Amino acid sequence: MDVIYSINGPVVKVADTRTFAMQEMVYVGNKRLIGEVIRVESDFTTIQVYEGTTGLKPGEPVEATGAPMSATLAPGIITNIFDGIERPLRRLSEMSGAFIADGAAVDSVDTELEYRVYMNVSVGDHVSAGDIYCTCPETPVVEHRCMVPPLSKGGEVIWVAKNGDYKVTDTVVKIKDAQGRVEELSLMQKWPIRTPRPCKRRLPIDRPLVTGQRIVDTILPIAKGGTAAIPGGFGTGKTMTQHQLAKWCDADIIVYIGCGERGNEMTQVLEEFSELIDPRTQKPLTDRTVLIANTSNMPVAAREASIYTGITLAEYYRDMGYHIAIMADSTSRWAEALREISGRLEEMPAEEGFPAYLPSRISEFYERAGYVETLNGKEGSVTIIGAVSPQGADFSEPVTQNTKRFVRCFWALDKSLAYARHYPAINWNTSYSEYAEDLGAYYRAKVSDDFMEVRQEISNILVEENTLMEIVKLMGTDVLPDDQKLLIETARIVRVGFLQQNAYHKDDTYVPLEKQYLMMKMILSFYEKAKDALAEGFSASQILELGWAEKIIKIKYDIPNDKPEMFRDYELEMRADFEKLTGGADQ
Amino acid sequence: MNVKYIGLSEINGPLVALENVSGISYDEMAEIRLDDGTKRLARVVEVDKDRAVLQVFEGTKGLSLVNTTTRFEGRSMQLPLSTEMLGRIFSGAGKPIDGLGDIFPEKTADINGAPLNPVMRTYPRNYINTGISSIDALMTLIRGQKLPIFSGSGLSHNKLAVQIVRQAKIAEENGQDFAIVFGAMGVKNDVADYFRRSFEESGALERVVMFLNLSNDPIIERILTPKVALTCAEYLAFEHDMHILVILTDMTSYAEALREFSSSKGEIPGRKGYPGYLYSDLASIYERAGIVKGAKGSVTQIPILTMPNDDITHPVPDLTGYITEGQIVLDRNLDQTGVYPAVSVLPSLSRLMKDGIGEGFTREDHQMVSNQLFAAYAKVQDARSLASVIGEEELSATDKAYLEFGRLFEEHFINQGFDVNRTIEETLDLGWQLLSTLPKSELDRVDDEHLEKYYSAEKAAEYFGKDI
Repeated sequence: MDVIYSINGPVVKVADTRTFAMQEMVYVGNKRLIGEVIRVESDFTTIQVYEGTTGLKPGEPVEATGAPMSATLAPGIITNIFDGIERPLRRLSEMSGAFIADGAAVDSVDTELEYRVYMNVSVGDHVSAGDIYCTCPETPVVEHRCMVPPLSKGGEVIWVAKNGDYKVTDTVVKIKDAQGRVEELSLMQKWPIRTPRPCKRRLPIDRPLVTGQRIVDTILPIAKGGTAAIPGGFGTGKTMTQHQLAKWCDADIIVYIGCGERGNEMTQVLEEFSELIDPRTQKPLTDRTVLIANTSNMPVAAREASIYTGITLAEYYRDMGYHIAIMADSTSRWAEALREISGRLEEMPAEEGFPAYLPSRISEFYERAGYVETLNGKEGSVTIIGAVSPQGADFSEPVTQNTKRFVRCFWALDKSLAYARHYPAINWNTSYSEYAEDLGAYYRAKVSDDFMEVRQEISNILVEENTLMEIVKLMGTDVLPDDQKLLIETARIVRVGFLQQNAYHKDDTYVPLEKQYLMMKMILSFYEKAKDALAEGFSASQILELGWAEKIIKIKYDIPNDKPEMFRDYELEMRADFEKLTGGADQ
Repeated sequence: MNVKYIGLSEINGPLVALENVSGISYDEMAEIRLDDGTKRLARVVEVDKDRAVLQVFEGTKGLSLVNTTTRFEGRSMQLPLSTEMLGRIFSGAGKPIDGLGDIFPEKTADINGAPLNPVMRTYPRNYINTGISSIDALMTLIRGQKLPIFSGSGLSHNKLAVQIVRQAKIAEENGQDFAIVFGAMGVKNDVADYFRRSFEESGALERVVMFLNLSNDPIIERILTPKVALTCAEYLAFEHDMHILVILTDMTSYAEALREFSSSKGEIPGRKGYPGYLYSDLASIYERAGIVKGAKGSVTQIPILTMPNDDITHPVPDLTGYITEGQIVLDRNLDQTGVYPAVSVLPSLSRLMKDGIGEGFTREDHQMVSNQLFAAYAKVQDARSLASVIGEEELSATDKAYLEFGRLFEEHFINQGFDVNRTIEETLDLGWQLLSTLPKSELDRVDDEHLEKYYSAEKAAEYFGKDI
């Protein structure tokens, strides 16, 4: 029997053994704490323990399981809330009360609950890896599709259960492979969390993840299957932005990973999402959400694992043909967990104490995103949106810099915008999205032919404003010529009326693409008319006195999302006002 | 476990090592008895087969390799708990130091606590009226929140904490009990005494539990102080249904103690020499605020920390800000111009405020007023920096209005005085009066309905009459 040799925080060593494999899951001590083998040497095997090690003694047993750290994949995942190693927190609270006790062994999903199962195969069919053999309604909006495990050799179906109610562990299909071996399939399978699940091939990215957030959808779009990072110092609204995206984006399933963040935030997500109704399905948002909560005071090793658990769940649903969006809040805490473990292992540190393998770990994680054709021929995607919490709000620190290299969409949150309560505080000058090009065709087809041009013009206004602001900061707006004053004013409309969005307003919290487009058109139309009037010799102040700047800014509240026809009235009214101004002067 | 081990094999800073020991568990407590009969407490921080490394709370001064006997207690550090603790003063490690003898414990609890299951938390929504305008209107304190004060040496953070304690109605509903748990880590004797006197003057002393680790007390004990204080707070809140306000000062000293301890253990340092696990360690303290489902009590935390060199990006305030639900930042310039409390409004924030204000909690226009004041005050900063370049005379009328607004805002809204206690209505009305000094068209964060209802340039002129 293998026994503990030494203990240092979450790191436990076993001496003189050849039992363990790298990344194997083990049970440590009399309490059977869950751990993972992270280093194997001739003298020592090193294990990181996912629970508190207080009270552990040298000499207590360490038991191998023969399998790597795996996630349990079965109906019952959606609507659930798990800790970093996929233990359901509601069940844990039933077992150990309000505070989480060590060594609590619970199944990831409810093994007693019965699901109404519909069989998709019959005896004599040939199935291979990835094929769907049965389905069951998991929540009112998610149909769970059980698939032949990716590593199975497949074979001929020799027995099928009748449609009916089954527990997740019940065998529903038996298959026989070419060698005559029989494999029993239930509703449940396991997959090692650190290994990406296979797919047939990756597809090009060409569809946006529509979020209803104006600055994201128009200026800095993200694609389904894409990756984005949200870096920002504390108080700049990372979590708020992620909540907004999780609530409103048009993914089928949301995996929300609270990695080393606040407990109250997870409680808030739980409460809010169960009250909010998804506009697409008319059901509570929890019906499409799975939460992974490893709050900052929960064991640090499990924090490191939580990211992988989350993405494994996402890939599993992707394989069923769903579009998944992962919110990882925050990847910096995950990187710090890596650093903490690395320090305990006395590894040679690279930048700021982070281990040298930090960039490769980050890239491995983001590369698991993608738009794919699954083994069973469906299309599915995993989109990753990771928050980054740079130390001292300094974007040059290693986690932000390395993340920047591996994501294609960078939404930099800005302290001064947040101070002025301009939310979402995404700075349009320092952020970028590489997806705009890829998604152009979609926007042209689905929204309007000139969407990309309109978007570009709006961007141009912001860029020009940025250049002018350097002068304004030194001399004030009064010294500017009238055309530049007009540009500054138009940029203000864009900033306040368009980019700034109120998450607490019933209409403004989610804005359909069509309204976003019409709002941009309205702003450009104003700018156009104002420039014409200026050319006819009117002053900027005369034009601004018409009051259209304020009116356009308030459009986000005044025109409801379901009344786009009102934009026409606004346009006509504005035209009339301008004609009155220019015509009036002619007389 | 009554085996006694004679002697030590190594002494290094606050750490000692013993060899040829058996049955020692990680995090276990031990008692080290010196030849002269004095006792010291120690905790196991590392075990290698038959070698154990211990940290000695009272320091290793006077210890030699031969003059000690060590007895292991077979369990992690426990704090004896009882409601008798109210009104008493304890050391940082939880030993009574007021000369009134030991308490008679009702139970004992592990000071490390266990993480609170997120599904068992109740999301905090009830606001605490502190009577301080800047806090109530702009960074509302919510029961069950952790809201630190970021300050600097010489600023009035202690005074502010005392004012909050005195004015905060933390237990207004159905006459529930409230109490204050005060944890001092590495503070000066004068500061501890100031708090004690202030509690006494406000007649709250018998509702206060004090844990004092002064600046000349051992650093290992300092590492325990917040954990001990929070264990006591959790006991009173969740087993005796009390609303507890925990004040921890100064978190920077705590973090420095942790750094000292870490470096003597030979750990690989992270930023500025602080250990890589500083975030996890601070989180294990701050996350112990909250409300447990089904319990009537709550734990609200107001940690105080001094930012070294007033630098908010220093690891301690930085990591704290990432864990806590907002922060109240104090500003040296405001303080020097005589403004009390010198709350620097723009970087201050309360994350829980949005769900605890508005209709049914404070007033329906609260969120709007707050947003508008923030937005307007942010523009004041732009106007000021412009004025410093081109001079005030050259500013546009709007920018001048902002300058004026900024002056009035600081003088009448932020500046309040130690003895002034404002209701939330008074605070919000004052906010509207300030906003009314700006042109109506500048107010883009409030809707027309409320603009009609509350905006009144005349009232503002009347109120600020002599100032305008």
